[in-house]
Amino acid sequence: MEKMLRVSGGERRPNRFRRIALASVAAVAVAATAFVNLGNAEDAANIETAIYRITPEQYQNIITDVFGNTVKSGGRFEPGARIEGLIAAGASVVSVSGSGLQGADATARDVAAQVVSPQRRELLFPCAPANTKAPDDACSNQFFATVGKLLIRRPLAAEELKAYVDMANKSATSSKDFYAGIATGLASMLISPEFLFWREIAIPTKTGYQFDAYSKAAKLSFFLWNSGPDEQLLLAAKKGELNTPKGLQKQVDRLLSSPRLEAGVRAFFEDYLHYDGFQTLSKDAMIYPNFTSNAAEDAKEQTLRTVVDHLLVRNGDYRDLFTTRHTFLTPTLGTVYGVPVLHQGPNGAPEEWVPFEFAPNDAHAGILTQASFLSLNSHPGRSSPTIRGKAVREVFLCQKVPDPPGNVEFTIVQDTSNPTYRTARARLSAHATEPMCSGCHKITDPIGLALENFDTDSSFRETEKGAPLDTKGTIDGIAFSDAPSLGKALHDHPALAKCFATRVYQYGLGRQVPRSESEWIATLTADFAKNGYRMRDLLRTISISDKFYEVRVPGQKASLEKGE
Amino acid sequence: MVVILKNDVSRRRVLRGTLGGAAVTVGLPFLNCFLNTNGDALAAGGALPVCFGNYSRGLGFPPGFWEPKVAGANYDMTPHMDALSPHKKKINILSGMKAFLDGKPLGPHGSGPQVIHGGAPVGGLVGGLATFDNAIADVISRNTRFRSLEASCDGSKFSISRRSASVVNPSETSPAELYTRIFGPEFVDPNAADFVPDRATLIRSSALSAVSDQRKSFVAGLGAEDRARADEYFTSLRELENQLQISLQKPAPLEACSVPKAGDPAVKGSLLIPDAQATNAIFAKLIAHALACGQTSVFNLSFDGSLSNLRKAGDSMTYHQYTHEEAVDPVLGYQKTVMSFAQVSIKAFSDFLTVMDSIKEGDKTLLDRSAVFCSTDHGYARMHGLENIQLMIAGSAGGRLKTGVHVKANGDSVTRAGLTLQQVMGVPISTWGAGTNQTSKTISEIVA
Repeated sequence: MEKMLRVSGGERRPNRFRRIALASVAAVAVAATAFVNLGNAEDAANIETAIYRITPEQYQNIITDVFGNTVKSGGRFEPGARIEGLIAAGASVVSVSGSGLQGADATARDVAAQVVSPQRRELLFPCAPANTKAPDDACSNQFFATVGKLLIRRPLAAEELKAYVDMANKSATSSKDFYAGIATGLASMLISPEFLFWREIAIPTKTGYQFDAYSKAAKLSFFLWNSGPDEQLLLAAKKGELNTPKGLQKQVDRLLSSPRLEAGVRAFFEDYLHYDGFQTLSKDAMIYPNFTSNAAEDAKEQTLRTVVDHLLVRNGDYRDLFTTRHTFLTPTLGTVYGVPVLHQGPNGAPEEWVPFEFAPNDAHAGILTQASFLSLNSHPGRSSPTIRGKAVREVFLCQKVPDPPGNVEFTIVQDTSNPTYRTARARLSAHATEPMCSGCHKITDPIGLALENFDTDSSFRETEKGAPLDTKGTIDGIAFSDAPSLGKALHDHPALAKCFATRVYQYGLGRQVPRSESEWIATLTADFAKNGYRMRDLLRTISISDKFYEVRVPGQKASLEKGE
Repeated sequence: MVVILKNDVSRRRVLRGTLGGAAVTVGLPFLNCFLNTNGDALAAGGALPVCFGNYSRGLGFPPGFWEPKVAGANYDMTPHMDALSPHKKKINILSGMKAFLDGKPLGPHGSGPQVIHGGAPVGGLVGGLATFDNAIADVISRNTRFRSLEASCDGSKFSISRRSASVVNPSETSPAELYTRIFGPEFVDPNAADFVPDRATLIRSSALSAVSDQRKSFVAGLGAEDRARADEYFTSLRELENQLQISLQKPAPLEACSVPKAGDPAVKGSLLIPDAQATNAIFAKLIAHALACGQTSVFNLSFDGSLSNLRKAGDSMTYHQYTHEEAVDPVLGYQKTVMSFAQVSIKAFSDFLTVMDSIKEGDKTLLDRSAVFCSTDHGYARMHGLENIQLMIAGSAGGRLKTGVHVKANGDSVTRAGLTLQQVMGVPISTWGAGTNQTSKTISEIVA
């Protein structure tokens, strides 16, 4: 198994260069030629199905995988497009703007400068030039063949490799600096379409089409690790192993057992839980002094740690995320939750994150009662039952809540200073008497009102403006009395598991799930249930399924994505 | 001899041929940027090129309190819009225009901008068609260093500018980063006495040309939608190449160009009013100087975008919440707090215009050779209304627009403004928009 594992703290040292002998470059070149012959779209027998823009996180992960985690890829990236609840599904519809490419260019040059810096050369280069002040064909070839395969996610074709070597040579000649030449070529590779987009290539079979092995490798690694394929996966692709059920299962199991799965699961949940909203989240410092920007960051991390611990470490039931009282806290979060957090580990060293379990009678149970969900789905200075209820419906149950209609009177009783309507329930009940509004508020507000014990900063409260809070309600016929029982109701909701399975599959596809796949979604959900709602099993089912690698013929895409 | 560049290939060929190491100072084909937009006079010696910009503010303006009573020239600025009085003679106010949904669902705070800038609604809050600032940039900003600049004062990456359905031109949120981007090491001062082409830039330009060569193999075999997305990438790549090529040329002197001071790097946009105001002041300066220095001819600046959640410190409610939840004051006839927020963004627009107008170019100003289109997302935001959306155009676009006019339309589509601005900027179209929003009727009252 790949020895370069993601561990907290310390530098991840790329050791793959030591394993790649010079002799393998020739083999790579042969494989690359074969690839081009297979993948050349000018061959009328082949079709290409889609391109996907990589995300900033994938960019950084690839750079870390290839060059180690001291090489950073900061800078300006373009926002993605959220489709059907996931930014990942927008990867198949977004492109790169002029402004975005300028940002990518600056980042690429910065990364390249870090890679060729004197302090990193020895570690990151598989060879040394004969003369550092002149081009060196052999070393350039070796560098770009090795690095290019990992960045572009397949062996470079001979002519591609030559183009990068030529670039480096010209630049080295002009600057009289071999490493400056490499930096020019590397920066160009990092803004090339083959790097900024990953693509699926389909090849004909006896019965239709299938993805070529390198497309499968990229699809798998982005899905499970949120990064490009490693050496072993590319080798499996080269050998054709990914085209056999046994070979595919072997690689899937390897990826699933790797510590790098955590990065993949975190990436999914950051997307699924709309954590891009944290970029602009703020609470009024005068009203909520405890909810600092550090607290917001910790809130996000708390939920991610809860998820990873529950789903991967404990191999727990996904539905229990809505009821679990196990979590992790920092002293900063302790002030938000109003609980003491021991800031010292067993050996006396300060410990920032501490495992914590809320008491059985505590109002905090499940991720709906965690600060990330509560603060993200509120106004800056006030909670919002409607926004919270809408988020539960749309994120966890995959139910679309319509946008509010136009020309609606909102102010009937929304004045918070009105003594008649002191609580959100009272104000919303009156607002919902408006016929145009009542339909949607009926499906969102009861859910959100169950969470009214938590203010916008997630701090606990018994009353609002002195009036006691009524947190009772029902969701689709399941009754609840407070936040913990709302979590239980959600745990038992028939749409919960199906929604999760759909979103995970959609995340892996990088596009919307067409309606024609509803039967497959039902199968996937049943399998998820049969396996005790374990996420690792769900990822495995998807990763080894034929459906995940099903080729759509161009021309069908538009109708499929419109829901046929 | 002056040779007008016909296509990218010849330039690329020249660049490639120079990288043997010696001939880095070889002359490149003459760039269109040295010509004015009509191509008939050198920019340095004749009329300066026109500029266009969008200024976006959120949540409309309380109806009945911004529209002048009098139509035509010499209109009366209402007391609630008094912040704009210093610029009244250079501002056209357009009232009475609306966005038609044509049966599509309302995307609150999204549909209005979609129609104003893209010509049609897309049936929801998210997404949109290509916005008309891009058509204008294709004409007036093709050969500037930046095709356009986008910035946002409220800390969000909100941008009304979309190059296509799949490409948003994202906003800069950090004044420090925008400063570096424009006036950092890669800035070439047009008024500098000496000019030496940067060797590293020449090398980069050549390398980008090689990346461009990947187009054929990359797009081959893609379906129509993916090919379009790939082509958008290659269009962006050409822009980047163009940007580098321009910086390899000695720019024509621009008398009004000066490099602003970097400013306080700690200033960052946020939803708090003072932060947004401070950011607006810096972005105004950076954008104005970028225009004056010929770095771009098009910009998109958002003060508080659409669906503004601007807020005051210590207040539990945001601007957006107030629009829906504040009661109309029975005496004043409007929502008091909402009015105060609306006036904050009107003042910010006025401050922006002050900076544009302070840059003197002969007997005119930068504002005079520009058209700045100020728009918002709703008419009456309290009701998510799309009627009577407040629109304003400041500046005379180098004499192509009359100014100081109030145009009182009668329920026409807001697309009339977009069509007029495109035509004024030289976009060769006679109709614009789709469905009921399609129009071939320019606002003749303001066309010079």
